[in-house]
Amino acid sequence: MTPRPSLGLRARLLFAFALLCVVTAAAVAGGIYVQARNDILQRAQDAAVQAMRSRLEALFPLQSATPGQAELDEIARTMTDGNSFAVAVYHEEHSRPGPPADGSPGPPAGLWKPGGNAPILDPWAIPKGLRRVVAGGDIAWQRVVWQGEPYLIIGAPLLIVERDRTRMSGIEVYTARSLLAEQRSIDGLAALAWLTGGAALAFAVVLALLAARGVLRPVRELGRAARLLGEGELRTRIAVRGSDELADVARTFNNTAAELERHVKQLREMEADARRFVADVSHELRTPLAALAAVADVLDEEAAGLPEPAGKAARLVSQETLNLTGLVNDLIEISRFDSGVAALTLNEVDVAELVRATLRARGWSEAVHTELPPAVTARLDPRRVDVILANLVGNALRHGEPPVSVRLSAEPHWIALEVRDHGPGLDEAVLPHVFDRFYKANAARARSEGSGLGLAIARENARLHQGDLTVTNAPDGGATFTLRLPRRAHDPDGGPE
Amino acid sequence: MILGGVSRVLLIEDDPAVREGLELALTRHGHRVRAVESGEQGLDRLRTDLPDVVVLDLMLPGMDGFEVCRRIRAAREVPIIMLTARGDDMDVVAGLEAGADDYVVKPVQPRVLEARIRAVLRRIGRDQAELERHGDLTVDRAGLVVAKRGVPVSLAPTELRLLLELSGTPGRVHSRQQLLESVWEHGYFGDSRLVDACVQRLRAKIEDDSAAPVYVQTVRGFGYRFGPV
Repeated sequence: MTPRPSLGLRARLLFAFALLCVVTAAAVAGGIYVQARNDILQRAQDAAVQAMRSRLEALFPLQSATPGQAELDEIARTMTDGNSFAVAVYHEEHSRPGPPADGSPGPPAGLWKPGGNAPILDPWAIPKGLRRVVAGGDIAWQRVVWQGEPYLIIGAPLLIVERDRTRMSGIEVYTARSLLAEQRSIDGLAALAWLTGGAALAFAVVLALLAARGVLRPVRELGRAARLLGEGELRTRIAVRGSDELADVARTFNNTAAELERHVKQLREMEADARRFVADVSHELRTPLAALAAVADVLDEEAAGLPEPAGKAARLVSQETLNLTGLVNDLIEISRFDSGVAALTLNEVDVAELVRATLRARGWSEAVHTELPPAVTARLDPRRVDVILANLVGNALRHGEPPVSVRLSAEPHWIALEVRDHGPGLDEAVLPHVFDRFYKANAARARSEGSGLGLAIARENARLHQGDLTVTNAPDGGATFTLRLPRRAHDPDGGPE
Repeated sequence: MILGGVSRVLLIEDDPAVREGLELALTRHGHRVRAVESGEQGLDRLRTDLPDVVVLDLMLPGMDGFEVCRRIRAAREVPIIMLTARGDDMDVVAGLEAGADDYVVKPVQPRVLEARIRAVLRRIGRDQAELERHGDLTVDRAGLVVAKRGVPVSLAPTELRLLLELSGTPGRVHSRQQLLESVWEHGYFGDSRLVDACVQRLRAKIEDDSAAPVYVQTVRGFGYRFGPV
C-alpha cells in the first residue's frame, strides 16, 4: 500500500484544523486583548487626569501672574505626589529639582534630570505637540516612552480668570505618571492570549490527528479489502462500524463483493457443470467402447479372410474403434486435469534413459537425432513425461520435417528437453493457440491424426510437474518445443520413496 | 499353467457386451474362458473350475471388485488381473492393496490383456534344483516353495516372482523400471505402483516387521534390494 494518499488526507486535515484554530484564536484573543488594553489605559488616564485637576485647584490663587523660580518650584512640588511628579514651565523657565516638601518618596530614577537632585520632569521629554496643545489652553495628555519606561504625561495651562474673560497665564504644569503597572498587566494579558492560543493549536492538532485517523483507518481498510478482492479473494468483507458515510461505503463495498462472489460462483458452477458433463459423457462412452475394442482385434484379424467390401468395412470399424478409444481416453484424461484429481507418481529417473525408452517403445530411435548427456537424473512421473515426449516427437515426425532432434540440458534445479524439427515452423498466428484444446491450425486438416487434445494434455502434464511447455520458431526454421521440469518436482502426496 | 498350453481364464464382468467381446477375443487367443457376471458367481466358479488366472472388473453390482479380490486371494494364490476405469487412481491403488497382481485399463485392447495374462502365467522356475537360505527364509527355486523357519509361506505368483527376482542377486539394487520389465513384463513406462504394492504384500508375508524390513529393503530414490541378510 502506498502511503501517499493517506498522508495527503492527513496533511490536509491537519492544515485545515490548524488554520481554523489560529484564525479563531487570533480573532478572539486579539479582540479581547485590544479591548482590555484600551480599557486599562483609559482608566489609568482618566484617574490621572482627575487627580491632576483636583491638585490644580489647590494651587489657586496664584501669588503672581509672572512667577519666579521659587514659585515654579513650589507649583511643581504641590503637583507631585507618590504616583507622579511634575514640572511647571513658564516661558523659558521651569521648576528645578528639589526635595519634595511633604517628604513623599521621589519619582523613579531616570526621570531625574541628569545632575539634578529633586524629582522633576525633564521638560525636554515632553513632546512638542503636547506642549503646543497645552499652550493653546487645553488640558492634554500623551503616552510616551521615556528611557525605556512607559509614561503618561498630562499637561495643563493655568488660566487667569478676570471679570468677563479668561486669559492664559503662560504657566503650564505637566505631570508624568508611570504606566509600568498597566504595561505589566497588558503584557500578562498578551502572554495569556499567546498561551491560550498555543494550547488551542496543540489541541486542534491532536484533534485533527484523531479525526484523520478515524477517517483514514476505514479508508485504509477499504483499500486493503479492495486489493484483496482484486487478487481474487472474493470472500473479503469489511466490518461496518457506525452509520456515517464511511459505513455506507463499507456496506456498499460488502454488497458489491457479495454480488461479485455470487456471480463468480455461478460462473464456476456452470463451468464445472460443463466439465462434469464432458467427464460423464466420456465415462458413459467407455463401456460400449470397451465392448467394441474387445472385438475390434478379432474383426481386424478376420478381415483378411472376408470378401470385399466386408473386409474393408471390418478394417475401417477396427481402425475407427481405435481412434475413438484414443479420443475418449484423452477426454477422460483432460477432465481429470480439470477436476484436479490428476496426481503424480514420482520416481528418480535417468532422463536420458527415459527419452530413449520413449523413442524405443514407438520405434522412433532411428528417426530422431538425440543429444542426451548421461547421468542427468530427476524426480519425475516417467509415464507422464513419456506422454509429453511421445506427443511432441510424434507431432514433429508427422507435421515437421527431418531431422527431428531431442536435446536434453540440465541446470541445478531444472532440466529442459527441446524437441525440434526442421520444417517451415508454425504460423505466428498459430503459435499462441497450439496448446488450446481441439485447436486446428488448418481447417482443411480438420481430422488429422490424434484427438486434438495431445498438446493440451502435454502441457497439463508439464504443469502438474510444476514445469512448463512452450513453443517457439527457431530462427533458422522449424518449430521448437521446450519442456522445462524441476529436478525435484513438488509432490503433495509424498509419493513412493 | 504351462506356457503355450491351454489356460483356464475366469472372467468376471457385469457388462454383457464387454463380457462377450472379451470372451470372444480371449477364446481366439487359445484360452478356455469361463465368463460370469457377478462376484458371487465368480467365487463359486473359483472353487469348481480351478482357473489359472482371474480377470476381474472392479465395478461390479452387488459384491464389489475389491471384496471379490480379497476373497479370491484368501481362498487361492491365483493371479488376478483387474479391469479398471481409466485414470481412477484410487481404484488402482485399492485393487493392488486388495491383492491384485496387475491391472489393465478399460477400454481394453485384447492383445494387451493377452500379454498381461501370459506374463502372470509365465513359469519362472529354474532348471537346477537349488535350496537357498537367507536368514530364516528358505527359497526352493525348483519346487517354488518359500518357507520361513520351516513353515511354508503362501505367496501369490507375482509375489513369488518378485521374491525370486530380488533374492537371485542378494545385495543388488533393482529399480522399479527393471522390476516392472522383469517381473510384470511391462515396458519402461509401467506403473511403478504395481511394484510398491506387491512389495508391501510380500513384506507382510515374509518379514517379522513390515515397517523394518530385513529381506526386501527400500533404497530411497532407486528401488529395492534383497538383504543382505
